[in-house]
Amino acid sequence: MTDSKYFTTTKKGEIFELKAELNSDKKEKKKEARGCARPSPSSLCSSALFPDVVNCMQTDNLELKKLVYLYLMNYAKSQPDMAIMAVNTFVKDCEDPNPLIRALAVRTMGCIRVDKITEYLCEPLRKCLKDEDPYVRKTAAVCVAKLHDINAQLVEDQGFLDTLKDLISDSNPMVVANAVAALSEIAESHPSSNLLDLNPQSINKLLTALNECTEWGQIFILDCLANYMPKDDREAQSICERVTPRLSHANSAVVLSAVKVLMKFMEMLSKDLDYYGTLLKKLAPPLVTLLSAEPELQYVALRNINLIVQKRPEILKHEMKVFFVKYNDPIYVKLEKLDIMIRLASQANIAQVLAELKEYATEVDVDFVRKAVRAIGRCAIKVEQSAERCVSTLLDLIQTKVNYVVQEAIVVIKDIFRKYPNKYESVIATLCENLDSLDEPEARAAMIWIVGEYAERIDNADELLESFLEGFHDESTQVQLQLLTAIVKLFLKKPTETQELVQQVLSLATQDSDNPDLRDRGYIYWRLLSTDPVAAKEVVLAEKPLISEETDLIEPTLLDELICYIGTLASVYHKPPSAFVEGSRGVVHKNLPPRTGSSESAESPDTAPSGGPAADQPSVIPTQGDLLGDLLNLDLGPPVSGPPVATSFVQMGAVDLLGGGLDSLLRSDVGGSPAMGGSGGSFTPAPSTTAPTNVGAPLGSGLGDLFDLTGGVGTLSGSYVAPKTVWLPAMKAKGLEISGTFSRQVGSISMDLVLTNKALQVMSDFAIQFNRNSFGLAPAAPLQVHAPLAPNQSVEISLPLNTVGSVMKMEPLNNLQVAVKNNIDVFYFSTLYPLHILFVEDGKMDAVSSKLQGSNIFTIAKRNVEGQDMLYQSLKLTNGIWVLAELRIQPSNPSFTLSLKCRAPEVSQYIYQAYETILKN
Amino acid sequence: MIHSLFLINSSGDIFLEKHWKSVVSRSVCDYFFEAQERASEAENVPPVIPTPHHYLLSVYRHKIFFVAVIQSEVPPLFVIEFLHRVVDTFQDYFGVCSEVIIKDNVVVVYEVLEEMLDNGFPLATESNILKELIKPPTILRTVVNTITGSTNVGDQLPTGQLSVVPWRRTGVKYTNNEAYFDVIEEIDAIIDKSGSTITAEIQGVIDACVKLTGMPDLTLSFMNPRLLDDVSFHPCVRFKRWESERILSFIPPDGNFRLLSYHVSAQNLVAIPVYVKHNISFRDSSSLGRFEITVGPKQTMGKTVEGVMVTSQMPKSVLNMTLTPSQGTHVFDPVTKLLSWDVGKINPQKLPSLKGSVSLQAGTSKPDENPTINLQFKIQQLAISGLKVNRLDMYGEKYKPFKGIKYMTKAGKFQVRT
Repeated sequence: MTDSKYFTTTKKGEIFELKAELNSDKKEKKKEARGCARPSPSSLCSSALFPDVVNCMQTDNLELKKLVYLYLMNYAKSQPDMAIMAVNTFVKDCEDPNPLIRALAVRTMGCIRVDKITEYLCEPLRKCLKDEDPYVRKTAAVCVAKLHDINAQLVEDQGFLDTLKDLISDSNPMVVANAVAALSEIAESHPSSNLLDLNPQSINKLLTALNECTEWGQIFILDCLANYMPKDDREAQSICERVTPRLSHANSAVVLSAVKVLMKFMEMLSKDLDYYGTLLKKLAPPLVTLLSAEPELQYVALRNINLIVQKRPEILKHEMKVFFVKYNDPIYVKLEKLDIMIRLASQANIAQVLAELKEYATEVDVDFVRKAVRAIGRCAIKVEQSAERCVSTLLDLIQTKVNYVVQEAIVVIKDIFRKYPNKYESVIATLCENLDSLDEPEARAAMIWIVGEYAERIDNADELLESFLEGFHDESTQVQLQLLTAIVKLFLKKPTETQELVQQVLSLATQDSDNPDLRDRGYIYWRLLSTDPVAAKEVVLAEKPLISEETDLIEPTLLDELICYIGTLASVYHKPPSAFVEGSRGVVHKNLPPRTGSSESAESPDTAPSGGPAADQPSVIPTQGDLLGDLLNLDLGPPVSGPPVATSFVQMGAVDLLGGGLDSLLRSDVGGSPAMGGSGGSFTPAPSTTAPTNVGAPLGSGLGDLFDLTGGVGTLSGSYVAPKTVWLPAMKAKGLEISGTFSRQVGSISMDLVLTNKALQVMSDFAIQFNRNSFGLAPAAPLQVHAPLAPNQSVEISLPLNTVGSVMKMEPLNNLQVAVKNNIDVFYFSTLYPLHILFVEDGKMDAVSSKLQGSNIFTIAKRNVEGQDMLYQSLKLTNGIWVLAELRIQPSNPSFTLSLKCRAPEVSQYIYQAYETILKN
Repeated sequence: MIHSLFLINSSGDIFLEKHWKSVVSRSVCDYFFEAQERASEAENVPPVIPTPHHYLLSVYRHKIFFVAVIQSEVPPLFVIEFLHRVVDTFQDYFGVCSEVIIKDNVVVVYEVLEEMLDNGFPLATESNILKELIKPPTILRTVVNTITGSTNVGDQLPTGQLSVVPWRRTGVKYTNNEAYFDVIEEIDAIIDKSGSTITAEIQGVIDACVKLTGMPDLTLSFMNPRLLDDVSFHPCVRFKRWESERILSFIPPDGNFRLLSYHVSAQNLVAIPVYVKHNISFRDSSSLGRFEITVGPKQTMGKTVEGVMVTSQMPKSVLNMTLTPSQGTHVFDPVTKLLSWDVGKINPQKLPSLKGSVSLQAGTSKPDENPTINLQFKIQQLAISGLKVNRLDMYGEKYKPFKGIKYMTKAGKFQVRT
């Protein structure tokens, strides 16, 4: 083969020859360019020819030009300086009269991934995006995506994104398709931007383009359509009607994308509509057809069908047979088919399904056989009428004596017992025969559970359990726990003859085992049995809830979300895209998907609703930790309700920000310490109503008011500090009274405390600890009380805090649970900290409003719109959450309106409160 | 979009890589190799493998893994479809798709891949257009290239992509104008022990070879279009006319293409053209078993069943088989335990049979599983679903083309459980 000859024989010495030839006559050039264009181990040699090849660019010979371009794509990276030499030719070619050459130039340009030359390419690209020829425009659209990949900032600065958006309404379908594809790709790395903002007009354009563009373009357009939110069912129906023909496309990806659009928009259609029924019927055949494709396609299709079947079982309810497994299907297809078979199993087809499953249980592949046996059990639980049949099938399988089949069968029979108690216990005898062959922990545990549960019906239950007990230490934890429980059950049922056995197991569990779970369970049983056997009976032999078949279903909200992701990787993993890493760009992406199946748009909705707390899943804040796991157990302490100030924070959030009525109420509540110093509702400079408790406390009195923006805050660096309030009343803490507040100064947070001894004895040995909280607040130093606190004495302490403690989401978010210890006892209380102590100094964007700035809320811009002052502000929390705010102030009106934009809507409520406290003081 | 492509042979060597964007290191394939190791057989390697920063989507064909690397959320079916298209293109270009042939034609392969994707976006995937851009290697061209120094890169640009019918190139000329259509149906079926059908369905395709001058506009109509309720069309077919009149109306691509594929579902009654009588038994006590199968025609509409091939995967404990066929040849591979019997034609007067004994490994208990019999066959001049083309008309051009239509029924995944 000549091709290979050129490289394999290209040795160092020959480079010079090649060089010479490149510079010689035309015909030869081609040959050599060809040799160079191939990326190969000889790339070193080939790149040495760079200048000579670039010289060849300015040829009229099309074939040679293509080869040179190919060469450039491969080697420009290794010689970025040289690549600049090529720029001129690109610019020239972009103006060639032949549209195909223009397109070729713009296409190659983008493939040269050299940052240096990108800026030279902007002008030609801009021209090509507006080219009269659709072929050039379509190629240029892709080029924008390429450029964005190399230098995103440049693309944005040059306004290429807007041009790209305009191309969505291009007259040529191919251009539209490529523009959509390019925008979708750019949007991947820009989750926040509304690049694909669709309106009915652009939707119409897309639908028209859909019919005429290539299969690949159809995929991009359909995926884009799926993000659209029709305004009513009429529009939804008309889109569905125009998408339906795509179901007959030969390309399975087109079909699945069409299915996604239909599944989504169907939500909006009324079920009584004739069209709804027609649509349901139309969906089945294409899905079935996907299953006759190559196994890899089948796999992806099956994962998606699994979702569809859960959402709308009616679509495929008559198609059970296509999911029957063929013996030479790859294992990944087999397992998926089995899963769907169970989901489709119903009274009508259960006989067929069971016959199939029984057949599968004799196959060779162990994993598959196991799953088939499990499937029989799941059928029994799902279709009540079939339970008897399933049990007898399982018994047949146990008779085969194939080890793993028997074990698997016993595990599922246990589940059947739990679903239908007192119905099939006659089979226990058969199960007991196979006791010796069980070697897997799960099967052993299941068998022990059965023996324990039905001990009264098994004559030799004690012997059976005793035989397990012999090797107690070698068993896995699962079996040990089960054995312990089973023997206790047995004892409660037949107390007379099993006393010895139960003592044996209890001592094994509590004394010889080093597994804490086992030991604890042992102790609990022991204590229960020794103190109150009747209670023990009630606990251990309590009625168990029945299990249902729904356990393996995907949770409905997640399912709704996944339905919008049909045909994507998310649907293959059955996880929302936010749950797995989004590639190397590491973008947190589409993390707050809307709830309902009908109203979602996969476009990332990162704008938090500005009113009230959003009830969406937590995203940035770690999910609720396991309370039980918390060894401090602070939350189990005496329920000291939050101090009055704290509660008022919450209330105020719900009411109009400066609603005055509440304040006066509050003042009387707080009793002499008007925490919200701002005199309710008015903007007259508030008198500095510092509370008696904070005398001497190092705080900038929060007296600055909104009209006194510049000089309001007394201290330079200090943010607003609320007056101290009583956190722990003396009567609840054996005479120790704690009052305090939070402050932030020069980047450090501190908790300013006053400890007062109102008891008659001296207090000493103070220590403090926080429970896990939303922002990881923790004491940065131990509580320093140097001298013992005499009766009626008080001490002021400023406890520095940091935010490196362990994090757990609290309700409310700014709740802090504190434990204080002294020589008398440990006391617990909880308090709410104002969120602004967490606003970090580098949240600054610009300085206008110094009052807010004092609390690290920074103003970006100020504008006057229709007589109202609009402040655009930013702030950042210690854990990196940025919050953008728009504050609208009307000069004549004491109230103001605050709108927030934040990726973690949970915090919004507390930001409101923080604003309120700062502005009012 | 598709970032990179790696071609990996069954022994785990990456023998070709192509990057459409930045270069992804080969080491990403380690995750694939891990999965490959876990899977018992090459077929069982899962098609979607996540890695920390990329996703690997693979197809396994012709003993080669085609592994695509993607970095962001891309529809996996799009990637897998594309990979299959790559394989089809290679096959179309080189006749066969194997490691050797790909290595031999590495330059053409790179050129083709470069044309197929632009920055991960599909560009030209129709083999008609590709062949215009990059000419497939032939012996003659190789010789000519060697002498004249010319290359496979066509001096053409993709003119077809500018037209409204991107699948057809312009300026096609033939002296003999012909249009052939092959209706090929495959029966997928599972037959149970007693011979009754558990599931049976028909996958049908109409493959066309159209060599017509100019821009012909064809219409194809069927005697019984009702059969086709689940169809997938080539993009050239006008869907509206099919919806309203049940007529296929299209401007065909030039050369070979698949016009239509259809599916006759399990709900319709599917005629099963052959039956298998079997008697396979292993006895617990002795190490011998009996084996006897007979193949016969069932519903063949009077046509001959030919190209019959019986394969069966025997249980592991089978040591050897001593069999005598009444016709054809048989092989038992004692290593893979695969029995295959090439039967040939079925003569209804004298049914082919294969009889004999099976020797089992001494001391093992009788196998739990009974072997499944896999059947292949062909029936010429018959579409088992009953589909019939009514007529083919041509508009838009003056000449009279030569038209031909052929029918064939084949076994797809046809399995008989014993």
